[in-house]
Amino acid sequence: MSDFDSAFWSLWVAGLTLLSIVGCALLLTMQTKKRVPGAKVETTGHQWDEDLAELNNPLPRWWMGLFWITIAFGLVYLVLYPGLGTFEGTLKWSSTGEYREEVAAADKTFGPRFQRVASLDVAAIARDPEGRAMGERLFLTYCSQCHGSDARGAKGYPNLTANTWLYGGDPAALQATILDGRQGAMPALGEAIGGAEGTLDMANYVLSLSGAKHDAKRAEAAKPKFALCAACHGAEGKGNPQLGAPDLTDKVWLHGGSLETIAETIAKGRNSRMPAHRDLLGEEKVKILAGYVYGISRP
Amino acid sequence: MKITHDLIERKAGLMALLVVLVVSVGGLVEILPLFNQRSTTEPVAGLKPYDALRLEGRDIYVREGCYNCHSQMIRPFRAEVERYGHYSVAGEFVYDHPFQWGSKRTGPDLARVGARYSDEWHRTHLRNPRDVVPESNMPGYPWLAKTELTGAHTPAKLRALRMVGVPYTDADIAGAKQAVAGKTEEDALVAYLQELGTVIKARR
Repeated sequence: MSDFDSAFWSLWVAGLTLLSIVGCALLLTMQTKKRVPGAKVETTGHQWDEDLAELNNPLPRWWMGLFWITIAFGLVYLVLYPGLGTFEGTLKWSSTGEYREEVAAADKTFGPRFQRVASLDVAAIARDPEGRAMGERLFLTYCSQCHGSDARGAKGYPNLTANTWLYGGDPAALQATILDGRQGAMPALGEAIGGAEGTLDMANYVLSLSGAKHDAKRAEAAKPKFALCAACHGAEGKGNPQLGAPDLTDKVWLHGGSLETIAETIAKGRNSRMPAHRDLLGEEKVKILAGYVYGISRP
Repeated sequence: MKITHDLIERKAGLMALLVVLVVSVGGLVEILPLFNQRSTTEPVAGLKPYDALRLEGRDIYVREGCYNCHSQMIRPFRAEVERYGHYSVAGEFVYDHPFQWGSKRTGPDLARVGARYSDEWHRTHLRNPRDVVPESNMPGYPWLAKTELTGAHTPAKLRALRMVGVPYTDADIAGAKQAVAGKTEEDALVAYLQELGTVIKARR
């Protein structure tokens, strides 16, 4: 409340606030009257149905008392807390100040425990019960939206529990993936390998690499064209963790392993992005996350 | 003349005047000064008005009632800052007419959802949230991807916002229709979401 365009507004707020409180007090004083014992209570002057009159009794004393209590409360509040323009209040309370205190208190309680875990290496964090617990909390807050709360992933979002990796699963690779993100780029190759028919041939060849059910004739037809794919997936289709090109000889499929889905992947390409978390979480939290992922992928 | 409740009750004009006086105190003290306070009237460093596509995305956000379940207001509590990022400040919303703070969180706060997920995640999630978050009870919005924007009203929206103080240039308004036409509603909404709260960067 200290950045008004002019000092006028501080006086305006403080003045109106105090004026309305004084006004309330004045009104209460003027409307307070004692009931005189034995005296006849005056009426408002109306009379209905011959003898019905409205008595003008004073307001109950306990009720007037409550009004005075709210006025006293208000004045005490305005002394302790910010309310009168730019006056900060004697307690110097502010919502951001309370937030900073909350953070400082939490750092004092959890800081040493966090630092102990953060000083371990990734594999040790995976073995440490507290490290795993911290990692799980971090994972559920920041990672589960894509990789699932059970870390088993979804279509297009890798399963982290299978110990099968696009970019490598050693501690350094895990940390690099989380810190700086990954950009997976499978180009659309439908035209390059001969349109719909060529794509279907290639999908059959890809299925043959992992020993899945396929049309051997079509697979054979596509084999010479695999050179185009080998640039990233390797001559044997084993993939390349440098590029994030998946191993086509295993039974793990990021976007689906049916003939139709593989054909779609070849024809239209895939773009998968893992966002960077360096600025978002910092290296220590990322290390703990890497430890958690390292642990759940190697039960 | 003695002021009594009798007097006020008998003179309707006087009573109306006093009622107006009493009712206006709250607004005069709590609302009026905010129009003359820098932290509520000036944008935070780096804040830009929504470009045409994001503005359309924002209008879809409002049309579909996203604010009924999602707030855009991170309160200064540790638990919220840890989860959502730096608490919201007034200067982030000076170009929002009206702001989308919301008051209910059936879903998570979205004040800093920008750049958290990939565009592809947002598209999958908007079409059927359960494809990426099985526990989600958010409805799907599959028609957004099938509805194209014409941009017919976009320049008028920019002009209207300029009248209430959003600094759009003539070039912004002239190019607004072009910038939007042919894009889908989903494109616009994702573009809007991906920028939310990205001006203030803070570690969680």
